[in-house]
Amino acid sequence: MNLLKNSNYLVHRFPEHHVGTPTLSVSDLGYRFGNIDALLGISFQVSTSERLAVVGPNGAGKSTLFKIIAGVFKPTQGQVQIYGYEPKGHICIAYVPQRNLVDWSFPVNVADVVMMGRVSKMGPLRWPTKNDWGIVHRSLELVEMEGFTKRQINELSGGQQQRIFIAQALAQEAELILMDEPFTGLDLNTQQDIFRILDMLREKKVTVLVAMHDLKLASERFDRVLLLNKRQIGYGLPREVFIPENLSQAYGNHLRMLTTKEGTLVIEDTCCEEGDHAHA
Amino acid sequence: MLDWILLPWHYAFMVRALIGAILVGTLCAIVGTYVVLRGMAFFGDALAHAILPGVAIGYLVGGGARQPLFWWAMLAAIISSLGIGTIGKTVKLREDTAIGIIFAGMFALGIALISSVQNYTNDLTHFLFGDVLGISSSDLGRIGLFAGVIILVVIIFYKEFMVISFDPILATTLRLPVKGLDYLLMILIAIAIVVSLQTVGIALMVAMLITPAATAYLLSRRLPVMMILASVIASASGVIGLYFSYYVNIASGAAIVLSATTIFMVVWGVKILARSVKEKRAPELE
Repeated sequence: MNLLKNSNYLVHRFPEHHVGTPTLSVSDLGYRFGNIDALLGISFQVSTSERLAVVGPNGAGKSTLFKIIAGVFKPTQGQVQIYGYEPKGHICIAYVPQRNLVDWSFPVNVADVVMMGRVSKMGPLRWPTKNDWGIVHRSLELVEMEGFTKRQINELSGGQQQRIFIAQALAQEAELILMDEPFTGLDLNTQQDIFRILDMLREKKVTVLVAMHDLKLASERFDRVLLLNKRQIGYGLPREVFIPENLSQAYGNHLRMLTTKEGTLVIEDTCCEEGDHAHA
Repeated sequence: MLDWILLPWHYAFMVRALIGAILVGTLCAIVGTYVVLRGMAFFGDALAHAILPGVAIGYLVGGGARQPLFWWAMLAAIISSLGIGTIGKTVKLREDTAIGIIFAGMFALGIALISSVQNYTNDLTHFLFGDVLGISSSDLGRIGLFAGVIILVVIIFYKEFMVISFDPILATTLRLPVKGLDYLLMILIAIAIVVSLQTVGIALMVAMLITPAATAYLLSRRLPVMMILASVIASASGVIGLYFSYYVNIASGAAIVLSATTIFMVVWGVKILARSVKEKRAPELE
């Protein structure tokens, strides 16, 4: 039992970034839970400001992968490197949780939630300074939520909830943001708002990984995709990865496909009951 | 009327009880805010019961003196809270199961120890249900000291405690020492319980931890406001409870808890009423 695990917070020392290394490098990663392989043989690299979609059916291990990259879980095999170092010391990685896993009735307002991102930059025994508040307000401006500073978090819509967590990641000065199913349950317009913010993040050289179900969005709006179902099925450009062979491997018979003369596919992911079906 | 209000405070023991009830109420309310937000009510209840063997040993060793009793209770509380935390984290048992095992075992050990003494029932009653009217000046000094220390720690780690309570994964990616902070919070709860032992006793302790904080939760939108409001509600419950205890002649601990419960019920009722009025009005506005 190590009570002061993560004690670099107390001495306030975090790893420097190794110049010339990829933002994120995952090699032969595996995660065993009991005697079940939750993840196996995951290898990919992401360079700065790239946008990667992590796609797979429910229970494919997308959240687990993100938590390993964020340094919350320790891999049982292989390794993750962020700017050349293990994840555990970094404070530049932000994990944006699935919205339904957040306690929205917690007594905090929007500014409080965004300020939480500043905690490790402030360090122990410190209170927010003018500079910290400035960063919080700028972060909220960047996600177009500056008018909501004092709003209670349970009074926000799904898209607004998503945006304040992105603002929190910005306040954290994160360089790698892992977003867990941000598009689930959002209508098309709201999804477009989120993409506008993702474009802004790209300009700011922030690297973004998004776990998602929607194959169409993934192939249209992302540089690269990682298709997984516990093991890695494909990684690369969307058109290289989303081929019938890979998709049926990932989704099995939860997927309906049609091949037309032009070779395009009509695919429906029928795995999910909550209405977050993917269409392509 | 004025006489009626002032009469109880002509007695020094009533004034001491009042100060004690307000200090303990404030302390429990502040710590209890985290108990409510983190869903640790069962842990708090269990911890209160688990200190009984400590109280018993202190009682047997000290021959009725308060000082050793306090420290033994503290020891039992800290051992139990660390034990609960460790079992839950090392084997595949749900945390509430681990809590239940330690809680019942420790409580039984306490009863076994006390029952070895002749005529134990009277003393056991005091431990179980409290004896706020018997608070001495030195008790008050000790309660004040620990209340001060706990409130200071809560202020020092305000932002860290808020993050680990709101979003443990965020706390990890911010590289906060999550485990250490969890244990620190458990120890604060343990100390608050031991300090408050004399006011409401073991059996009703959980009410001091959660009822005022839960009432404040219904009324507030930010953490510091919730803490202050919870303290005010707890102190008010203490004062109202003591009046009841004085004029109606009922057990003071029970009277304090019943006051807190009544305040909760009133606030809850008003909230429900306000919501239904709002819902009725809403269609007319469209």
